[in-house]
Amino acid sequence: MQLSREDLLRAYRSMCTIRQFEERVHAEFATGDIPGFVHLYAGEEASAVGVCMNLGARDSIASTHRGHGHCIAKGCDVAGMMAEIYGRKSGLCAGKGGSMHIADLDLGMLGANGIVGGGAPLACGAALTAKTLKTGAVAVAFGGDGASNQGTTAEAMNLASVWRLPVVFVLEDNGYAESTASAWSIGGDPLVRAEGFGIPGVRVDGHDFFAVHDAARDAIARARDGGGPSFLHLKLARYFGHFEGDGMTYRAADEVAKLRAERDCLTLFRRRVEEARLLDPAALDAVEAEVAALIEDATRGAKAAPMPAPADLLTDVYVSY
Amino acid sequence: MARKSFRQAVNEAISQEMARDPRVIVMGEDIAGGMGAPGEDDAWGGPLGVTKGLMPQFGRERVLDTPITESGFIGAAAGAALTGLRPIADLMFVDFMGVCFDQIFNQAAKFKYMFGGKARTPLVIRTMYGAGFRAASQHSQCLYPLFTHVPGLKVVIPSSPYEAKGLMIAAIRDDDPVIFFEHKMLYDVEDEVPDEPYTLPFGEANLTREGEDLTIVALGRMVTLANEAADRLGGQGISCTVIDPRTTSPLDIETILEEVRATGRLVVVDEASPRCNMATDISAQVAERAFEALRAPIRMVSPPHTPVPFSPALEDLYVPDVEKIIQAARTAMAAGGRKAA
Repeated sequence: MQLSREDLLRAYRSMCTIRQFEERVHAEFATGDIPGFVHLYAGEEASAVGVCMNLGARDSIASTHRGHGHCIAKGCDVAGMMAEIYGRKSGLCAGKGGSMHIADLDLGMLGANGIVGGGAPLACGAALTAKTLKTGAVAVAFGGDGASNQGTTAEAMNLASVWRLPVVFVLEDNGYAESTASAWSIGGDPLVRAEGFGIPGVRVDGHDFFAVHDAARDAIARARDGGGPSFLHLKLARYFGHFEGDGMTYRAADEVAKLRAERDCLTLFRRRVEEARLLDPAALDAVEAEVAALIEDATRGAKAAPMPAPADLLTDVYVSY
Repeated sequence: MARKSFRQAVNEAISQEMARDPRVIVMGEDIAGGMGAPGEDDAWGGPLGVTKGLMPQFGRERVLDTPITESGFIGAAAGAALTGLRPIADLMFVDFMGVCFDQIFNQAAKFKYMFGGKARTPLVIRTMYGAGFRAASQHSQCLYPLFTHVPGLKVVIPSSPYEAKGLMIAAIRDDDPVIFFEHKMLYDVEDEVPDEPYTLPFGEANLTREGEDLTIVALGRMVTLANEAADRLGGQGISCTVIDPRTTSPLDIETILEEVRATGRLVVVDEASPRCNMATDISAQVAERAFEALRAPIRMVSPPHTPVPFSPALEDLYVPDVEKIIQAARTAMAAGGRKAA
């Protein structure tokens, strides 16, 4: 661990922002004000932040349907994200994308993705751009345990290996593809699959920010140095359902409560930095308070923001037509 | 200006654009060929030789052979287009879209809209289509109506070597995803093709024949057959306009409407399967917007609603031909009222 005090504060702020953003969306969704499908990332914060702390704006990530955490970790504007989720014109995608398609190409955030397994080939494309134009950039493909069984993921990993692309595949194994347990749905071992493509991989405790950060740092450095693709298998958990409204009847009754009490990535982070006297509790409390104000502003702003105009229906289909 | 084949015309367009813009790359299965194999480099230049010579000219970094992995490399091409390259991806046969359609219609086609207008996806997907090659059901289809259906995609169907070069250069310079359809029976057709680069516009139909009695709209390889039918009908006193729309998305429906209003009769020739194809689409738009101008029912010339058969005896029955177009034209001429003076 070689993170400065500023890095640690930034990491905590980012993880807190994701957590509070998702808790707020969860609460607001229950009121019926948020349209459509929402898939929340709470519980998995150490993954998005641990990985993206090692990336810059020129680096790209391809995300998933559970994409809010990746967006925030990559630097997307939280007010713009909340407005997007509410379908407002001021949203990051002008209200045309919604929760499942939040993107900010200027930040290298290539989009959440409504298609499970849709992102891995796109990340290979971003890595191909970096390699062809010799920009030194790296791409990260986030995907869940569901996506790990899609053909696109296997094809992307093989292509990355064959073309020696600067890409890192991050498998966020939260235990469930929708309602189906990954222990059942993944035949064999994802690490062995990666090895089969000639891609080195490691399994990491996805609740442990520091473990994720260090593994991602090594994989991203390897990609940047021309060493080709790597694979991270993160074991973690989501606190909410596959989608908001999912009763989670497939989970054990005390499962989430136990996870929150014993394996929460923010709690583990706080304990670690406080015990090592890297950050004092007051500084961490201050971050939480700042984030709470930010989320409150974003939510109020989103609710008050205007909807798209009727004419917006027909724009942005083509550059020219 | 020199006589060049359709194959040469496409090759020349790509080569000239690659020389002009270092962001243009080519990728696909056997696009150079022989990757990792002990024999010749550039062994194939694509399965029918269309990209032959590009790899020696531009190197392996810009002419990328791929494994047989259409979801993987078509998706990678979409991602590369989103991040600054201008890829030309070769989906060898359009029939293979079944294994990569998600990357085209859910990803590349929708980036711009889903992301609130901020994305550009300058991607060209070249693909072979069409029957007549004895290639049977999985290598002979005309699936351009499926792509035309998807907002966000542009669909180009060149009918000749001259058209192919100008439309390919336009496709490469376009900032939207373009599906470029190459009929495999056209590759050896020759035409006068200028040596210098030029573009032809999308959404602007080309009139290959001008007449007064009947309008024929035809696409791709069918344009040649429609021209021949028009010439023969002309010899029999029926004067035909032939419209090649060039692109089905955007579609120059205004020119079609204008010509239908002038002639009062319409035949649409489409090699695609007859349900929900371009013939039905064009006919519906004409019926909706120029019904009063029609002097006879619209006639559609399309194959039967069957897979493309293998046996030459059956495939030759399947594909629309000049006789069928002439028959449709005669039926259209025989029906309905006389043209007002």
